[in-house]
Amino acid sequence: MADNGKLKLGLYWAASCGGCEIAIVELREKILDLDAAADILFWPCAMDFKYKDVEAMPEGHMDVVLFNGAIRSSENEEMAHLLREKSKVLVAFGSCAHEGCIPGLGNMFDRQSIFNRVYLETPSTDNPDGLFPQTSYELPEGEVDIPYFYNTVKTLGQVEDVDYFVPGCPPQAPQIWAVVEAILGGKLPAKGSVVGASPDKTVCDECEYNREEKRVTKFYRPHEIIPEDRCLFDQGIICAGPATRAGCGALCMKVGMPCRGCYGPAPNVVDQGAALLSAVASVVDADTEEEAARIVGEVVDPVGTFYRFGLPASMLHRRKLEEVE
Amino acid sequence: MSDNGNGFEPRIVGFLCNWCTYAAADTAGVSRMKQAPNVDIIRVMCSGRVDPVFILKAFVEGADGVIVSGCHPPGDCHYSTGNYKTFRRMPMVEALLDQYGIEGERFHWGWISGAEAPQWAKLVNEFTEQVRSLGPLDWERQLQSKED
Repeated sequence: MADNGKLKLGLYWAASCGGCEIAIVELREKILDLDAAADILFWPCAMDFKYKDVEAMPEGHMDVVLFNGAIRSSENEEMAHLLREKSKVLVAFGSCAHEGCIPGLGNMFDRQSIFNRVYLETPSTDNPDGLFPQTSYELPEGEVDIPYFYNTVKTLGQVEDVDYFVPGCPPQAPQIWAVVEAILGGKLPAKGSVVGASPDKTVCDECEYNREEKRVTKFYRPHEIIPEDRCLFDQGIICAGPATRAGCGALCMKVGMPCRGCYGPAPNVVDQGAALLSAVASVVDADTEEEAARIVGEVVDPVGTFYRFGLPASMLHRRKLEEVE
Repeated sequence: MSDNGNGFEPRIVGFLCNWCTYAAADTAGVSRMKQAPNVDIIRVMCSGRVDPVFILKAFVEGADGVIVSGCHPPGDCHYSTGNYKTFRRMPMVEALLDQYGIEGERFHWGWISGAEAPQWAKLVNEFTEQVRSLGPLDWERQLQSKED
């Protein structure tokens, strides 16, 4: 704590969309309480801070750093190491830092195929010389280096020692506030815990619908069906609820969208995608191999559906690289 | 173990149901049928017990191939419909592995009854050679790849 008794707080974004920062602003008037309780020492998204400000801090200077975003580039990783050094408590905040999230789906590709798509193939690209970003460049003043792009997206926990994980894409404001209160009150659980979410329930437990264990003969994607006011899974819409940790309040289902799994694997689930795959298979109404193969064969993009938010943290981490360097 | 000149011996994990394929493998063994020594058998009570995560974990931890085998549907299952769970689940595991870039030839699922010991020995030999020709999977190396 600072001399004024306030918590020294840092916030950082790595490979993320900025939604986690919005989620903090979603605290609304409580943001004033946050300001009253904490001095923000670093928050490049919201205010003007430089990396050298952080570098100048003594070790462990910040009480808590909320780190959102995945590790996509060498810059992300460098900041992860720097913020670990300068903080007492490092929190993987939001789905990207927790388990890789949407940027993590890049693990179905590699650096070169992503570069080809972005710098050559997209319809709006005009790059007649076929130039790719260079990580170093000679100028009269000397050599300039920029960060390099990794083949594989990693979670914060895969590159640094993390104290707590706050799941969600983005974390829900009441859950964020609960975490802030726990930090201020010194009531944090054991290191390595998932905080700001249910310790023992799945999204289905929180959902207003009840599963009737109906069998389905066809799976629908959300845009292919107008759902009835009952369990979406029972209607053949793949819903990640059974494999996902509770804590969000089962918001998506209230508006007819299936759970997509952003709160990460349910407690005691090793691999969220494998658990969801089993849940999906369990509702298939087929008594012959051919029928079963036909029904499950209609599931579009199994990895993207079952591991939408957690590919880097999953058991296999990524698609096989054609050539391992 | 004999190798193929390239020094590679495939490591294969077989999840066999207690009532059918494991019995076949047992019979193949006591009947001294010639089989490749590359399959590490894990006995499960039912092929429907094989969680997809077992298969993924086998590949991540060094398996070059995986076999899941149980009782013939519709009627052979000791638990009536355990194998139904298997055939509802495994096509999706196949699709998943394909997306991950793991060759389909590394994963076999199917049915061998307790009376089909020769089929088990044949599967072991053929599958071992099939995986051998693909070379090592070495998933660990994927995770330790250099980044620059």
